[in-house]
Amino acid sequence: MTAIDPTAHLTSEQIEELGRELDAIRDEVIADRGEKDAAYIRKVISAQRKLELASRGVLLFSSFPPAWLLGTAGLSVAKIMDNMEIGHNILHGQWDWMRDPKIHSTSWEWDHVSPSDQWKHSHNELHHTYTNVIGKDNDLGYGIMRVDEDQKWHPVHLGQPLWNFINACFFEYGIAAYDLELGKNLHKRRRKNPEFRERAKAVGRKIRKQVLKDYVIHPLLSGPSFLSTLGATFTANLVRNVWSHSVIMCGHFPEGVQVFERRSIEGETRGQWYLRQMMGSANISGSKAMHFMTGNLSHQIEHHLFPDLPSNRYAEVAVKVRALFEKYELEYVTGPLPKQVFSAWRKVFRLSLPNKTPHVKVPDREQVLVAA
Amino acid sequence: MVTTPLLPSDYLDLFSPLRAGADLRGRIEAVRPETGDAATIVIRPGRAWRGHTAGQYVRIGVDVDGVRLWRAYSLTSPTDRRDGRVTITVKAIPDGKVSNHLVRRAKPGTVIQLDQPTGDFVLPRAKPAKVLYLTAGSGITPVMGMLRDTEFDDVVMVHCAPRPQDVIFRSELHDLVADKKLRLTEVHTDTDGMLDIARIGALVPDWAERETWACGPAGLLDAAEEHWSEHGVQERLHTERFRPGVVVTGDGGEVTFSATGKTVDADGATPLLDVGEEAGVLLPSGCRMGICFGCVTPLKAGAVRDLRTGEITEAEPGVLIQTCVSAAAGPCDIER
Repeated sequence: MTAIDPTAHLTSEQIEELGRELDAIRDEVIADRGEKDAAYIRKVISAQRKLELASRGVLLFSSFPPAWLLGTAGLSVAKIMDNMEIGHNILHGQWDWMRDPKIHSTSWEWDHVSPSDQWKHSHNELHHTYTNVIGKDNDLGYGIMRVDEDQKWHPVHLGQPLWNFINACFFEYGIAAYDLELGKNLHKRRRKNPEFRERAKAVGRKIRKQVLKDYVIHPLLSGPSFLSTLGATFTANLVRNVWSHSVIMCGHFPEGVQVFERRSIEGETRGQWYLRQMMGSANISGSKAMHFMTGNLSHQIEHHLFPDLPSNRYAEVAVKVRALFEKYELEYVTGPLPKQVFSAWRKVFRLSLPNKTPHVKVPDREQVLVAA
Repeated sequence: MVTTPLLPSDYLDLFSPLRAGADLRGRIEAVRPETGDAATIVIRPGRAWRGHTAGQYVRIGVDVDGVRLWRAYSLTSPTDRRDGRVTITVKAIPDGKVSNHLVRRAKPGTVIQLDQPTGDFVLPRAKPAKVLYLTAGSGITPVMGMLRDTEFDDVVMVHCAPRPQDVIFRSELHDLVADKKLRLTEVHTDTDGMLDIARIGALVPDWAERETWACGPAGLLDAAEEHWSEHGVQERLHTERFRPGVVVTGDGGEVTFSATGKTVDADGATPLLDVGEEAGVLLPSGCRMGICFGCVTPLKAGAVRDLRTGEITEAEPGVLIQTCVSAAAGPCDIER
């Protein structure tokens, strides 16, 4: 984090104008949204299901090494598609406008141990509203890590490179625990809260079903290939977990991304909210296939500005958004995946230690604006 | 368990959407123009289709510009069609999203959503001696389903349309006339003026003795109901309406869809179904005119007004409202 506010040069009028220009970009996509977009998501869902079926079919013979490789690779990709381009985006309500009850945020369930309704609450309502606000957005380090100088150091943070690695490998469980706010709710008094217990039970049921499918039924169906199929589904889940963890780390942790004080969002206007999303997110550059496999979260900035626009439109929106960054002289944080992952990991290591120099706090944007 | 979190049917639907056990769907097999703005859609219904009775309608869900929209259309095919196909005949109405899509843009091969056929505008089991069909515009469609299905000894039809070329099924009707199976009077309202129901006796002297099925615009049906009542033969008249008669509107209010977590301002004249759909809320819907009860939804709080009667319904546990004919009457909460 830089010690100066990178938006200090903007007047409040400019910020509101920026907000109006972003609204116009959004309106344009909504006016044009239609049959082609609907065909796109249906095609992706259909392809995902066929790939999963085929991969699981191949894995019935997983004791034969080429079948193991092919099936594991296919299943990994299918699981990534399910979570990223399909699940994440449907649960955001990006496809609700189609009014298809089978592809709707209120009815969709994903291949993930966190039940979709709990994830929607912690992700859509908390993270997307309070993006990068310290103390409000639990995505900032997931409550187990320190990812900004402004967050207080504690000796437990010494282990955060290890916590982060474990979290990457079992990311879906990390998310489920996070959606349950396990850290907070495991305190003696809260543990008995009936609402928490109900939600914990729902997670338990979901975990049981997922584990039964991937680690019992499917290996059993493989007969003599039981163990190799078990290894294959475990590997596919691992690949999916590490991949989505990496993509998501790139969204908010790389160097150059801003975090915000709780006070700075009081009385925030639409323009200021947009500005916070712009400064609090980072993109990943790459090929079409790469964007697809990240569920278009490689367009994290655009996704945070317009979380409910269909993901297939982020690429075209990005061109216009980037022009606005240039117009308003703001830094558009982006880079190839390896670079961004490295940058995020470096931060995890660096901030596991206390700040080297006494940290200069960034003045709140409000105060800067008043001063300007 | 094998397919969690999906169901096996989610996978089977990829390959066989019309199979037995699937949600009821149909595949459009042909679109045949009838007049300049009407077309017949030939549909192969899924295996779950239970068959219809002549005169009934079916609700279909069609994706128009990617958005699923539901409408009700009368079935125009006879009930015993050998190939198992059914037809609906659709007239494109101005600004009608679904009707224009079906008449002008629908493609064979498209899968659509279907409901089981329903409606009580049907022929009785016992054949009446004399029948009168009184129709106007696309109101001919359910009656065509009846004409094609059941032959009577003495059938008279009075049909209104602006011009001869606007008469749907005209050549088929004239064939029936030539075969002496039907006596037909066409009223071309562009040249003849509107049909005056009070003078129906001039066209059909024995109208009061005839079992009558009438379908058309509200004005025609209202007049017919009045005329038949005046002569004390209202039990002989069966009517079918395509649109609700909105009579009362009032102040609107803030509508909350609590399950989806959306809140929008609504006026007192827009049905809550339209309000919710505009806001992206998934609401059940049906005939959109208050008869099929496909849209009933719990009213959790506040009050709504029935647009047909002006009657106010207030929230109580267990109160269900028809969102297609109810508008906000102050702030209210719809459980969707």
